[in-house]
Amino acid sequence: MFPTPVERQSRAWRLGYQALLPLALIAWLLPLIAVAIFSIRPAGDFAAGNYWGWPSSFDFITNYGLVFTGSDMPKYLLNSVLITVPTVLGAIALSSMTGFALGVYRFRGNLWIFFMFVAGNFVPFQILMVPVRELTLGLGLYDTKLGLVLFHIAFQTGFCTLFMRNFIRALPYELIEAARVEGISELRIFWYVVLPLMKPALAALAVLIFTFIWNDYFWAIVLTQGPDSQPVTAGITSFNAQYRAAYNLMSAGSIVAALPPVAMFFLMQKHFIAGLTLGAVK
Amino acid sequence: MPEAPYMDRALTPRRAGWRRRQMSLAPWLFLAPGVLFFALYVILPIFQSFNISLYDWDGLGEARFVGAANYAELWDDDAFYVSLRNNIIWLVLYLLAIPAGLFIALFLNQTVTGIRIYKSLFFFPFVISQVVVGLVFTWFYDPSFGLLNRIVEFLGGNPVNVLGDERYVTYGIIAAGLWPQTAYCMILYLTGLNAVSPDQIEAGRLDGAKGWRMLWHVILPQLRPATFIAFVVTIIGALRSFDLISIMTNGGPFGESRVLSFYMFEVALSEYGFRMGYGAAIAVVLFFIMLIFIAVFLWKMYRDERGY
Repeated sequence: MFPTPVERQSRAWRLGYQALLPLALIAWLLPLIAVAIFSIRPAGDFAAGNYWGWPSSFDFITNYGLVFTGSDMPKYLLNSVLITVPTVLGAIALSSMTGFALGVYRFRGNLWIFFMFVAGNFVPFQILMVPVRELTLGLGLYDTKLGLVLFHIAFQTGFCTLFMRNFIRALPYELIEAARVEGISELRIFWYVVLPLMKPALAALAVLIFTFIWNDYFWAIVLTQGPDSQPVTAGITSFNAQYRAAYNLMSAGSIVAALPPVAMFFLMQKHFIAGLTLGAVK
Repeated sequence: MPEAPYMDRALTPRRAGWRRRQMSLAPWLFLAPGVLFFALYVILPIFQSFNISLYDWDGLGEARFVGAANYAELWDDDAFYVSLRNNIIWLVLYLLAIPAGLFIALFLNQTVTGIRIYKSLFFFPFVISQVVVGLVFTWFYDPSFGLLNRIVEFLGGNPVNVLGDERYVTYGIIAAGLWPQTAYCMILYLTGLNAVSPDQIEAGRLDGAKGWRMLWHVILPQLRPATFIAFVVTIIGALRSFDLISIMTNGGPFGESRVLSFYMFEVALSEYGFRMGYGAAIAVVLFFIMLIFIAVFLWKMYRDERGY
């Protein structure tokens, strides 16, 4: 292991390290801790200028309750779910097929199609913005969740294909050969042989895409407006406009908006990290 | 040979023909939905944007062909140069996330009790949406109550209005962006460090390599895949910066914190007007900057595929 494990160092070194860890963590998360403390303060504290002193009371329930009852926040959260979940399912469905095709078959243009997905995945959003907005308007899907979902599925298919294809390439090819010799059709090979082996990749992509889409802001403001279809990342700005200068509520709102991907990460950590490293770092 | 009976079955002429046809048709059927979707929403729009950049168009009325006029206008547009300059600052400073991430990864690559929780909590900022990161840092920088100025005052300095001062604004936003990006690089390196071969470290130790020399000559070469991905995601992240700027300053003060991606949006879709053609021209410039990096990534992937 590098650096040398602290257990093998002197006692002083070891104790020093263990004391440093929590301090470093607090320093690292300081801006976030500040917001968390803001979110449980009563409104009076801000009026009295008591930003950093001891809170005069702990209004956790009042503040977070207001986020859910006093604004469109629940609507925005629901929209986020209704945008994120179908996107995850759609992108994974499409890319497991494209990844299978590019990973298993040899044919002319295989590598070029693969590179098209990879390159497309890296382009700046702005080069797509005007035409995609026009397309969505033309389909009558502007300011609908479906319009946003369709674009997200298409775009995420690029990234997912990269991941799936590399994953399938690493599977033992003999399995597929053996199934073919048995005379099993290609569709059944995909469904019964390859797909079950791809479970780790599917899980990794699902949590990763969930986070990407939940946190998307750009496309939310380009393709939607208003509480009927906007996800929470865009909704938070209207929420903040509604509660201008009520820092306790704005902080509570931000934490609520940020929470679902955080929960997802802590629940599915292993898969999440496997996805982030694009499968290239083991 | 146990395969023989199967071979017989597979080789009856009708089955063999069907097999071959299936084999050549199957990849295209599997590809069709994904490729069509991707082409419609990603590939085609790139070319449409090229085309739109040659028109004067407000998004509603008739588009008027103006040739290269949008690009000629860009040439004399101060806001464009400010954005371009900021893009370069972003690109350079964002790369600091890579050594910073490596540093934290080395710090956390231990096996003391509870280290897993520490690793997860250090990674935390990356999972939060950039919108929330932007809000958190806006408050952190706030000149009247922000924690940053409390610390500055405590240390005896004068309060600074980071986001209101055109000298600091871009750096302030980049610092906010570096927070999640460093966390991402950290996790890449932590995963990479896990896979570093213990034999080579021992061999290095026997050769008397320690500290820096060990890191440079033994560890870093083994972390190359992690470093490559860290470069890819950091460069893409730097050029995609939009959310933080939109949330923290909306391009201000006096447009000093704009980058190309934000300026494009401002020109094409905000209260400043609906100049789709001009916006598309900015996007085309940004696209070509990105294309340099995309080409390098693809070239490297191509070499890896061919096994050089």
